[in-house]
Amino acid sequence: MLTPARETRRARWEDVLKAPSFAYLRASSLAQVFDALAEHGEDARILAGGQSLVPALNMRLSEPRLLIDINPIAALTGIERRGGMLRIGALTRHSEVGASPLVARLAPLIHQAIPHIAHPAIRNRGTFGGSLAQADPAAELPACVLALDAVLHLASRRGERAVSARDFFRALYETALAPDEVITAIDVPVAPQGTRSVFVELARRRGDYALVGLAAEAREVGLRLVFFGVGNKPVEAGAASAALAAGITAERIAAAQAALARDLDPPGDLQADGATKLHLARVLLGRAARALMAA
Amino acid sequence: MSESVDIRLTVNGQAVARRVAARQSLVDFLREELGLTGTRAGCEHGVCGACTLRLDGAIVRACLLFAAQLDGASIETIEGLSRSGEIADLQAAFHQHNALQCGFCTAGILVAAAALLRRGGVPSRAEIRDFLSGNYCRCTGYHAIIDAVEATCRARAGKSAP
Repeated sequence: MLTPARETRRARWEDVLKAPSFAYLRASSLAQVFDALAEHGEDARILAGGQSLVPALNMRLSEPRLLIDINPIAALTGIERRGGMLRIGALTRHSEVGASPLVARLAPLIHQAIPHIAHPAIRNRGTFGGSLAQADPAAELPACVLALDAVLHLASRRGERAVSARDFFRALYETALAPDEVITAIDVPVAPQGTRSVFVELARRRGDYALVGLAAEAREVGLRLVFFGVGNKPVEAGAASAALAAGITAERIAAAQAALARDLDPPGDLQADGATKLHLARVLLGRAARALMAA
Repeated sequence: MSESVDIRLTVNGQAVARRVAARQSLVDFLREELGLTGTRAGCEHGVCGACTLRLDGAIVRACLLFAAQLDGASIETIEGLSRSGEIADLQAAFHQHNALQCGFCTAGILVAAAALLRRGGVPSRAEIRDFLSGNYCRCTGYHAIIDAVEATCRARAGKSAP
C-alpha cells in the first residue's frame, strides 16, 4: 500500500510569521530623516537601536510602512561636557554611556543605572534616546532623566525645540515627541559637588524590566526620588522626599516609607499586584535612604 | 527607500554581497542565505540570546537586526570564532565540564562568554552569571556553564582552579 510522500520541504523564513513588510531608508543625514518623516508621518518609524522596536515588529505589534534607519548619522552620537551640562547624543549606545568616565563623574546616577538595562548584547545596541522615545514605564533611563531635570532636544523640518523631562513623558508609551520629530540629544545638568546618587531596582531575573525601581539623587538643595514600574510613566515621590528633607534618620525613613502611599498608587500587572508594588517601593526607599545616609 | 536592499558586508572575514528583503533578520540571512546555521533563531525577540554574534567586534542579538542594516559591517559568527581558534580553550572547557546538553543555546553562550574573556582578568562567579544573564539554557541549570567559563578565565590568566 502506498502512502502519499510526506512534504519534507523545510519552511523558509518568509513562510513563518516574521516582521511585516516595510520599506527601508538608510538615512545619512537629519535632513533626510526630516523629509521622510514629513512625507510619511505616522506610517514611518525611526529605527535606532531597535531593541524594543524590532521585537514589536517581529510580534506584529507595530506595522510601519517605512523604517528610517538613523544608525549611520554620526552627528547623533557622542558624550561631551558643555558648560554646566553633559550632552549625550540620542544615538549613543547604553554600553558607551556606561563606560564613559564623563558620565561616571558628572552624572553618577546614570552611570549606576546602565548595568540594570537588559544584558551586555542589548546594551551594545540600545540607545539613550531610543529608550526615552520608547518611554516604557518600567525602564531605567526615563526615571533618571526625570530625577536629573534633563532637557531633551527634539528636531523636525519645522525646527528645533527643547523639552524638559518633566514635560516629555505624558502617559503609557506616550511622549511629547510629534510624529515628524526625532530626539537629537539630551542635556543632563552636571551633578554639583557633594551630590549623592543611588539607583536600585527589583526584578525577578537579572536584566528583566523592573518590578519596581528607584532613581534617587540627593543634592544640597533637595532630594529627588523618582520611582518607575509603579505607574504609566516615571513618578516623582514628593511626599516621601519631603519627609526626608530635614536630613535622613531612621525615624524619618519610616515616615517617608509611610508617606509613599500619598505619592504612589501602583496599578497591578502580570508580575505583582498594586499592594505588593507599594510594599516593594517602600523596601527600595529604605535601601536607598540608608545608602544615601552612608554615602 | 525600498523593500529590497543591496548590502556588502564581511562575514567571518569573507566579503559577501547580496540583495535582501528589508524585513529579513540578520539571523535568518545567515542561516538561509549563507548557510551559517551555528547562529540559532530561538525566541526571535531578543530574550533568549541564542542568536548572539559579533557585529564590528561587539556582541549583539542577530534577531534584533535586519540584514539590510549591515551594509559595510563586519560580522563574526560562531563558525568564524571556531575556525580562528580564538575560543578553542573555551570549547574544550565546555566539553570537559559537561556545559551543554542539547546544544541549542551553546553557540550564543560561547560568543557571549568570549566577550567576557576578552576583557581579561578573572571575574567572580557572580560577574560571570551577570554577564551571561541574557543567554538562556533550558538543560544544564547553568552551573556547569559557569564552571567552564570560570576555568577558562583562570587558565588564560595563568591561575589554577581554586
